[in-house]
Amino acid sequence: MCRVVDLQQAVLAKNDICAHELRAELAARGTIVVNLLSSPGSGKTALLEQELLLARRRGLPVAALTADLATENDAVRLARSGVPVKQVLTDGLCHLEAGMLGAHLEDWLPEDTRLLFVENVGNLVCPASYDLGESLRVALASVTEGEDKPLKYPTAFGLAQLVVVTKMDIAEAVGFDEAAFRANVQQVNPGVEVVLTSARSGAGAGLLLDRAAAVADGAEAHLPVMAHRTDAHHSHHGGGELHSHEGGLLHAHPNAQDGDGHSHAHAAGAATTARAHRP
Amino acid sequence: MHEMSIAMAVVGQVEEAAQAAGATAVRSIRLQVGELAGVVPDSLAFCFELACSGTVLEGAELLTESVPGRARCGPCADEWAVGMPPELCCPVCGAAAAELLAGRELQIAGVCWEEGPVPAPTRERIPEER
Ligand SMILES: Nc1nc2c(ncn2[C@@H]2O[C@H](COP(=O)(O)OP(=O)(O)O)[C@@H](O)[C@H]2O)c(=O)[nH]1
Ligand SMILES: [Mg+2]
Ligand SMILES: [Zn+2]
Repeated sequence: MCRVVDLQQAVLAKNDICAHELRAELAARGTIVVNLLSSPGSGKTALLEQELLLARRRGLPVAALTADLATENDAVRLARSGVPVKQVLTDGLCHLEAGMLGAHLEDWLPEDTRLLFVENVGNLVCPASYDLGESLRVALASVTEGEDKPLKYPTAFGLAQLVVVTKMDIAEAVGFDEAAFRANVQQVNPGVEVVLTSARSGAGAGLLLDRAAAVADGAEAHLPVMAHRTDAHHSHHGGGELHSHEGGLLHAHPNAQDGDGHSHAHAAGAATTARAHRP
Repeated sequence: MHEMSIAMAVVGQVEEAAQAAGATAVRSIRLQVGELAGVVPDSLAFCFELACSGTVLEGAELLTESVPGRARCGPCADEWAVGMPPELCCPVCGAAAAELLAGRELQIAGVCWEEGPVPAPTRERIPEER
């Protein structure tokens, strides 16, 4: 007896629930997460070193968590700023997930932290799919990576709430076409702000910090078109997915077979399949 | 490559649902994958096979349905296929899309599984009646 069952479950539902909970928990204590995404070598750590130092000088309580496949070098660099820093070794995993982040914050994140910067694993594909419970998602690209980077990684740049160009000190040398880059960003994420920085020259220093602090103070972060969607994640409240938001991701679905609004589809599906599969 | 994580999440979710429903073997899974979900279907299929081994999903077929990205404009109500790379400004009036209607799905739509030896009264009664 083969039975067709209409599950309708978002694959990343567990992570999404975790992220929502973490965001709410942190908000309640006055902390926001800033999630930094880029290719390896774009300059996340260098920029962060500078911004953390600035925050410390301004007396703004910040902390940083950096994820790396295998080494602790970034944490050592970031810790020089004097703010609390934690290294997470993902042991080969190409992205952080909300649950992992939450677990790492327990017993570590100082209670009064306003901004927690998370340097995600250097990768523009995988981390883009995982909400970490951040309130500001930042995609970075250095001037050496080509103006079409946003088109090559549309999900990463399309979901960003702030785009940071790094290594502007060498922009001229490498012939960085700022207008083309901006146009490409606008194509996948109309309305998102693009800021230009250089950790080496100090250009744009404090911009990332300012934007993050504004969000922590209640300013509305940019809502990307790609994030403002009516697909399963948001339109099914009240439908199958509502169950998962109530916590018991999978508990509810077995019931769905005999109970709620799914029942017609199931009954029909089961009947058809039963016929089809009978020898 | 997060396709392995995705594949494992799919397997885990279906496994749990199958267990709760008393299913003994999963034959196929229908998965909707949006163009903008950031998942490579081929590599997902490869990972899926690995992730299934040793579970109730062993040998299950993954039926992926690609969902094209579509967006809608607020001012002129135009709707368009966003393409790849996506164009999220309105091709008619140039305004930013009001919303992405489809394209980011990563959704288990349905499964087909065996529900095991159902205590089927009809099957037992028939021989007796004969
Ligand atoms: N010219 C220049 N090089 C930079 C700048 N920021 C970082 N780099 C260099 O780029 C490389 C990668 O930087 P890093 O911060 O480790 O990148 P991450 O992998 O994104 O954390 C290092 O060799 C840095 O010295 C910058 O503003 N200008
Ligand atoms: Mg780094
Ligand atoms: Zn329009």
